[in-house]
Amino acid sequence: MTFLILTFSLIAFSSVSYLVCRNRVLYKIKVTKTASKSLPKHYSQNLLIWSFVPAFILLLLLTIGTPRLLDGLYSERIAEAHPHFSLAEIQLNLSKVKNIVAGAVSSDEDSVNIIAGEFASSSQNFEILKSLSTILLCMLCSIIFIKNIDLSKNARESVENFLQGAFLVAAIFAILTTVAIIVSLSVEAIRFFSLYNFFDFIFGLHWAPNIAIREDQVAAQGSFGMIPVLLGTIVVATIAMFVALPIGLFSAIYLAEFASKPVRDIIKPILEILAGIPTVVYGYFAALTAAPFFRDLGAGLGISVSSESAIAAGSVMGIMIIPFISSLSDDVIRSVPQSLRDGSYGLGATQAETITKVVLPAALPGLVGAFLLAVSRAIGETMIVVMAAGLSAKLTVNPLETVTTVTVQIVSLLTGDTEFDDIKTLSAFGLGLALFTFTLLLNVLALTISRRLAERYD
Amino acid sequence: MNKDKRLKKRHAREKRLKFYGITSICIALMMLFTLLSSITLNGYTAMQQAYIPLKIIVPGEKLLNSDGEVDAQKALLFNWDSKVKKAFRTNFPEVKSRSDKKELNRLISSNSGYDVKQFFIKNVDAFDNERVIWITASDDVDQYLKGRFNTNISEEDRRLTNKQLNWIDRMRSEGLVKLKFNKNFFTSADSREPESSGILGAVVGSALTMFVTVLLSLPLAVMASIYLEYFAKPSRLTDFIEVNINNLAAVPSIVFGLLGLSLFLSFFGLPRSVPLVGGMVLALMTIPTVIIATRASIRAVPPSIKDAALGLGASKMQAAFHHVVPLAMPGILTGTIIGIAQALGESAPLLMIGMVAFIIDVPSSFTSPATALPVQIFMWADSAERAFYERSSLAIMFLVVFLIMVNLVAVILRRKFEKKW
Repeated sequence: MTFLILTFSLIAFSSVSYLVCRNRVLYKIKVTKTASKSLPKHYSQNLLIWSFVPAFILLLLLTIGTPRLLDGLYSERIAEAHPHFSLAEIQLNLSKVKNIVAGAVSSDEDSVNIIAGEFASSSQNFEILKSLSTILLCMLCSIIFIKNIDLSKNARESVENFLQGAFLVAAIFAILTTVAIIVSLSVEAIRFFSLYNFFDFIFGLHWAPNIAIREDQVAAQGSFGMIPVLLGTIVVATIAMFVALPIGLFSAIYLAEFASKPVRDIIKPILEILAGIPTVVYGYFAALTAAPFFRDLGAGLGISVSSESAIAAGSVMGIMIIPFISSLSDDVIRSVPQSLRDGSYGLGATQAETITKVVLPAALPGLVGAFLLAVSRAIGETMIVVMAAGLSAKLTVNPLETVTTVTVQIVSLLTGDTEFDDIKTLSAFGLGLALFTFTLLLNVLALTISRRLAERYD
Repeated sequence: MNKDKRLKKRHAREKRLKFYGITSICIALMMLFTLLSSITLNGYTAMQQAYIPLKIIVPGEKLLNSDGEVDAQKALLFNWDSKVKKAFRTNFPEVKSRSDKKELNRLISSNSGYDVKQFFIKNVDAFDNERVIWITASDDVDQYLKGRFNTNISEEDRRLTNKQLNWIDRMRSEGLVKLKFNKNFFTSADSREPESSGILGAVVGSALTMFVTVLLSLPLAVMASIYLEYFAKPSRLTDFIEVNINNLAAVPSIVFGLLGLSLFLSFFGLPRSVPLVGGMVLALMTIPTVIIATRASIRAVPPSIKDAALGLGASKMQAAFHHVVPLAMPGILTGTIIGIAQALGESAPLLMIGMVAFIIDVPSSFTSPATALPVQIFMWADSAERAFYERSSLAIMFLVVFLIMVNLVAVILRRKFEKKW
């Protein structure tokens, strides 16, 4: 809460100092009767860069830092008061203290209450310190800046240099995100592999992430062989591609080559609606409409179909991917130069022959790229399979049976309260790393192939 | 002759290809229709809810303090449940035995005592008079009245006994239970009882999350795009940034959830289940999409405009901000709207950071536990009570209609302001 209030007060103060700075520049111009190098507003913008920006960064750092600092201080304080406490007990006590401060619980232990009182007062002190330091910094910087305005300096240039630097940081943010993903997944995954053999994970044929309730329980460790989970993912993705690829591709061919403009203008947006529907809606449809439909159909034919069959999840996922494939392929087909078509017509080919023998081969790299991107999407899709596919990992390729996927396992391992040093939780990061690597390879491959096509006809 | 045959064959192939195209488009459209109609058919009934009128007198002296206001302590101790149950049972004077009474009580919502209490706290002048209050019936009654209750299975397996069904039939014929507009659905947050659950909490949670997402992703994405289109010289770094952006746009959303879990929750120690973290995770996910759209629209502005500005002595920054960005604005906005619409429907990353908790309060700040609308849909679709399914469907209808409207706005914006050069 203090963060928002402080941000707003910083903004308010900065707007005042902005105007003050502007007037000061105008006044100086009037007094010294010399033209300034830049417009008055550029000096003011420069002021913001030198006052608001550092103050806001300080505020951010303090907001992130103070809770950790307090935690550190008070776990030491608790450790002093109770020298015999283990680390877990200290943490438990600390969260108890925090809850008391928040008013969520009350305690009748005097020692805890005393520490809670101290905690409350020092966190208040920290808040006051934070507010004072940020506002003071902002004021100080503003005053120094306004005092030392030099009209012969090019303020615009320095503003623009600052902005350019900020833009570069924003662009590098994309790299940082990727790095953050890789590092965070790897760190947790390495912790997992220190508890569980890497090769057993990659090549293991048995997936049963149970936690032991008793020490002597059979299979207390749980086994984390990802082959069955991977197989399930592949089964579901294959079914999805069987549905999506022909329908998406033929729709794209028709829309790009045969359809008249009005038809295209109507059909394309409607297909885009299909793309805009949230995946949770497809999941709902798969679980409550498609799955019973396939089960009843199977019962009618005398085949037993599981009520969480791979085919229900896969085919609904296919429907979801249709617009993805059709719009990507549509773009690719339309990017094939008209001259190729004209040449083919000139040699007497029919439209269908032109399409199958000239246009599609020319567009092939792009189509393959689209296909790979769609596969990567199918593998990473979560909600449909969470809602419609099962949890039990069987080593089967039968689409009528229950299968499980990587994403389903990640969700089921990580929802609810999770401990970070639990092998079960860590195994989810192992799966996450596998998923990321897999989709990364597919994406990079797809993007390289499509890039080749774009270069060929540019 | 042979030639004619071959020509016919070639033309037949042409027709076949066309036919395949039309068929697949028809299949896709049919799927869309099936999807939307099955959800509508499942969900429209949730607009109504079974209500039971009860005549209740509450003596004011027991609850009001000397200022004529409801005393909180007294209201807490007052047995509202039994008051409601007694009032309900006056309609069935013949029910005497304990077990029958229990069965009868199950027809009204177990939250009705609380609802009546809230009513009296709000309407202080209602004390001491006989008031007709419409309380919610239990979800089973509601489903039975809507014809969604399967009476063909044996009595032991059903949630309503034959006796209860007879009572409901009698109540219906006497006008003692009616389907009325389901107000709770729009004014309350989640609940264990389907009849008192609503989407308000999830909608507010989604709105807070989206606010954070827009605040973070729009400026960052626009800044990055301007850099890449204007200032970046072709170099390894630029190339690498581009590869990263394109790849991030195709990374599965659940991976961003894992990132949020281990970076924001575990490393930075931010709280679980809060819109602030949800918004940050969704922003990371949306930024690449918005960057790609923004760059495309910046590139669509002819370079001659920039060159003219530079020729007249503008700096690069001035050329960008005074001329190119304003012209590219419709495209940038469209891209942002589409990216945000995508984020609004996203649920997998939110599951990872714990926004899947059962929360009965409407969230009040960016750091109070909340859930989002798609996650609410997921939770309801996953629960055991049938009455939750139709609520899930109705919530989907609102979400989808909203998303379609948002996308339409984006399309209209683009059509209206887009300039052809």
